[in-house]
Amino acid sequence: MTSSSWYRYSSPATFYPIAGRLIPWFGWAAAVMAAIGTWIGLAIAPTDFQQGDAYRIIFIHVASAWMSMFMYVVMAAWSALFLGFNTRLSAMMAQAMAPTGALMTLIALVTGSLWGKPTWGTYWAWDARMTSELILLFLYMGVIALRNAIDDPRRADRACAVLSLVGVINVPIIYYSVKWWNTLHQGSSVSLTAAPKMAMTMLTGMLIMALAAWFYAIAVALYRVRVIMLERERGSAWVGELQEVKSR
Amino acid sequence: MNEFFAMGGYAFFVWGSFGATAFVVVVEMVALRARRRRALDEARLATPDSLTAATQGVL
Amino acid sequence: MKARHRRFIWIGAGVAVLGAASALVLNAFQSNLVFFFTPTQIAANEVPRNRAFRIGGLVEEKSLARESDGLTVRFVVTDTAASVPVVYKGILPDLFKEGKGVVAQGEIGSDGVFRASEVLAKHDENYMPPAAADAVNKARGTTAAAEKTTKTLQR
Repeated sequence: MTSSSWYRYSSPATFYPIAGRLIPWFGWAAAVMAAIGTWIGLAIAPTDFQQGDAYRIIFIHVASAWMSMFMYVVMAAWSALFLGFNTRLSAMMAQAMAPTGALMTLIALVTGSLWGKPTWGTYWAWDARMTSELILLFLYMGVIALRNAIDDPRRADRACAVLSLVGVINVPIIYYSVKWWNTLHQGSSVSLTAAPKMAMTMLTGMLIMALAAWFYAIAVALYRVRVIMLERERGSAWVGELQEVKSR
Repeated sequence: MNEFFAMGGYAFFVWGSFGATAFVVVVEMVALRARRRRALDEARLATPDSLTAATQGVL
Repeated sequence: MKARHRRFIWIGAGVAVLGAASALVLNAFQSNLVFFFTPTQIAANEVPRNRAFRIGGLVEEKSLARESDGLTVRFVVTDTAASVPVVYKGILPDLFKEGKGVVAQGEIGSDGVFRASEVLAKHDENYMPPAAADAVNKARGTTAAAEKTTKTLQR
């Protein structure tokens, strides 16, 4: 592919209809995966030998925690592309990540807290894993706040991109916190280098829920990037030509 | 069935987690839909066609 | 050199500098990020003096004893190399068990007894049905199981 065609795909006018066609696929895939995953997690997977049924929170907790970190990395990657190539689409994609990323972080923190009370005996502890995940939430909120604080969209793009890139250092800290320091939080049950430390049915349910989180995040990010395009490019010829703008 | 909902005594924590997540996801989708509707309304107002239409309506 | 390339170099340099700075800060704060100390560290006097801290380890087998008031408990926290006796008045978490992980906050008295104000259970990252857990324990024998839990604690 030549570089000129890459630039063509990076134009909002070209990307808007492509995203629109992709959203239903990812949306329905997310719904189906979430339904299957919840069914496995709550009804099929066996009770845990230590935690009884309290461990079932893992099916949401791990999927959202993974997604919270991964979306931040994606947001930082779009930010780096924007700073390097100065493409509008990259900045809009980065902008579309932050709210859902913050939401995933919030879900991970809330479900973790609800899991901690019956197992550890406390809703919250200032250990390295929990503290760094809380910092992730602040980073997401910082990016969103910075966006809203700056009126000029181009300057906001720049400031947010820089903040996103600075904050990405926090992601490996979250991931390795349970290895580097003594934490109340247990180590990882699933990693690329070791055999999973879970029974098969439990692992299957957890991975399906992780897939559901992926598809949901993609669908929502694409939906939001389309809204951002409408907001930021209104008055331009291509927006005026859109069927949904012309009708009514 | 009751046993299923009791979650071995951890009903509040397990159902609370799943419920809170479902709630947050629904809120995000509803808010996003509303934001799209607003964006479309403003895009209609900003197009040259609608500007002339509005002016003609006034005249 | 194109302006775009120069920008990339600046971004790369910025990220590298920030990464290095964070690494240094983290290194400096490492001691404060320690959530709990092990009995071995306590034996070696590596714990903060005159302030509350947390101790983590395994609840030693057959060390749990309840006093007559029904609320005060005594147990021994061990990392297999050293051990510390703990006294605590309050409700223990569901997962608190002999042979399992525990983290307790409190202060150590001159008699060497750790007076805990809060006791948390630390569980490992293994999840399986009870039947499978029994099978695993039988197959591995107790020594291997003890080794595994010690590893969990050191992580």
